[in-house]
Amino acid sequence: MKKLLLVTSLLFINLQAFETPFGIHGFLETRFGKRTQGATSQNTKTLSEIRLQLDYSLQKDEYEFTFRSDFLLDDVALSQKNDFEEGQGWFDPRELNILFFPSEDIDVKVGRQILTWGTGDMLFINDLFPKDWNSFFIGRNDEYLKAPSDAIKTSWFHDIANVDFVYVPRFDSDRWITGDRLSYWNHHSKTISGQNAITPSIKPNDWFDDSELSLRVHKNIDGKELAFYMYDGFYKSPAGDDPSGKFAIFPKLRVTGLSIRSNFKKGIANLEFGLYQSRDDKSGTNPNIINSEYKFLLGYEQEIARNFTASVQYYIESMINYDSYVKNVFLNTRLKDRTRHVTTLRLSKLLMNQDLRVSMFTYFSPSDDDLYIRPNVSYKLNDQKTIELGANLFVRKNEHTFFGQFNSNNNVYVAMRYSF
Amino acid sequence: MFRLFIIFITLLNTSFTKGVTVQEIIKRANLASYYQANDGKSHVKMKIVDSQKRVRKREFVILRRNIKKGGDQQYYVYFSRPTDVRKMVFLVHKHIKKDDDRWLYLPALDLVKRIAATDKRTSFVGSDFLYEDVSGRGIKADHHTLLKEDEKYYIISSTPKNQKSVEFSKYMLWIDKKSFLPMKTEYFDKSGKKYRLVEALEVKDFNGFLTITKSKVHNLDTGGFTELEFHKVKYNLKIKSKVFTERYLRRTPKEVRR
Repeated sequence: MKKLLLVTSLLFINLQAFETPFGIHGFLETRFGKRTQGATSQNTKTLSEIRLQLDYSLQKDEYEFTFRSDFLLDDVALSQKNDFEEGQGWFDPRELNILFFPSEDIDVKVGRQILTWGTGDMLFINDLFPKDWNSFFIGRNDEYLKAPSDAIKTSWFHDIANVDFVYVPRFDSDRWITGDRLSYWNHHSKTISGQNAITPSIKPNDWFDDSELSLRVHKNIDGKELAFYMYDGFYKSPAGDDPSGKFAIFPKLRVTGLSIRSNFKKGIANLEFGLYQSRDDKSGTNPNIINSEYKFLLGYEQEIARNFTASVQYYIESMINYDSYVKNVFLNTRLKDRTRHVTTLRLSKLLMNQDLRVSMFTYFSPSDDDLYIRPNVSYKLNDQKTIELGANLFVRKNEHTFFGQFNSNNNVYVAMRYSF
Repeated sequence: MFRLFIIFITLLNTSFTKGVTVQEIIKRANLASYYQANDGKSHVKMKIVDSQKRVRKREFVILRRNIKKGGDQQYYVYFSRPTDVRKMVFLVHKHIKKDDDRWLYLPALDLVKRIAATDKRTSFVGSDFLYEDVSGRGIKADHHTLLKEDEKYYIISSTPKNQKSVEFSKYMLWIDKKSFLPMKTEYFDKSGKKYRLVEALEVKDFNGFLTITKSKVHNLDTGGFTELEFHKVKYNLKIKSKVFTERYLRRTPKEVRR
């Protein structure tokens, strides 16, 4: 592996601009990351990979075809076995779909696709499409926060409103933190665990029975973007235990929400709300399953100086049946607060003809007393080559909190990318 | 009565020139540069050369639709080069009486990002062209004075009404008398030094619509410059307003492919 990394690194230095055949594009990337401190039951490396992405698309009047896939040599992964759902192994298809237009006002996209909606910046309320939290926390490119869905997306466009309807025939979960690469707070052993306690889980995976439905009705009224959302499916990451307590489970979830985004003063303001109904524990009395919550987000972004943008968000999630939770919670369990508050700050500055980008995204939770900082510097050497340096730093008071639990995963990373 | 006549004559000499006022020239120049026909399309090639002679290239297709001549407009910019921004779309709903609405679509994330629209004097995609050069500067943002005219040009000096909002103290325009296209613009910094030059290098006639097809911006401070070439220019394509909505961020309009 080391030799291979050396060879690709040399390749980077020597690669000259070239025209690709058949309109295939993509990139070749090497990325290394290392923990800044000893880990708990974990490799000291967080990243050591070579990634080739190939992107082919065909755009016709009647349809558009897209195939975009990653080919990956991942030195840190515990298993090299291919699993398209979990994104494991050397072959990770990101998109393989056909978009077609059955009528003037309907677009349909079928196949593997990346889906995003909602107004939050790195905070998601009504976007219940799969995320890859491992990629996010170890410092892969931002695009890898989004994991692909295998779905049918039907969009209907009308003057009254636009409607998007997404059907996922078999549940697509997040690529969540299992312990195989990142250490986490294990609420059974009440310790930070890693590869010594990889979470076993039971995932709903029956075709058609364990399906997901997502709906968005949206309209842009004079620059004010309004949207109404519904989701019916499952918690995307484990949110409970089975009765034996041995397996993590994905309880049933229904979400109803709203958002608005608009120019406001000198910037952009957004507001989003979602009601999370935990359908396997409606009354909130089952201590094995997460309680219903409401989530709320308010954000504002503004260019505060030329090429310098700042944005802030305030986010809360609050348990609805808190009294039932308190009454039924297992003994010896650390009692959760009713409401978790999170604030975020994004600062990003472009320099040197916009070739150099310096940015920092910070999550701070005053209720959890934890902090997650994502500094990143990227520099475009030319139209093809980009180098990147960054870190993921978790600061904690307690080891069980949302960001605090990842403190032993603090890491720095470096990457080089050649786009073609 | 005689005195009144003199005043009238003087007025004629200063603000009227052969029947055309400076406001009229600026208005017509704005229409010729940014509002040609009802809609338009062009493939744009951009070459950015910095002070150290390093070259960057950008390629994009730009679609434009007028809502009202001289008024609100819609812009759709589809990037094809460099390859790391391929398929990204920049959508602008330009407003005269309020801030523009701007969106950027990032295909790898399927993300429709809304962008704050404050500083139009920011570089467009890292080039020497500014957002304001691409979609136009409000004609009421400056005081315009017709300095002189010769056989070919109206020469106009413009000073910003709000000095603090811009990096220049004034700019001078050479506007072609026939086409009303600005053939040369020189910008002066706060100390009065000329620091930026925009020139039109080629003008072509597309069914009566005279269009700048090659232009160049010089950064006189650094020696860097940006060249812009417009290819496949077409007008009055009857581009539908729906092309300038979220739908077509996720789906490539046929006007972009041709």
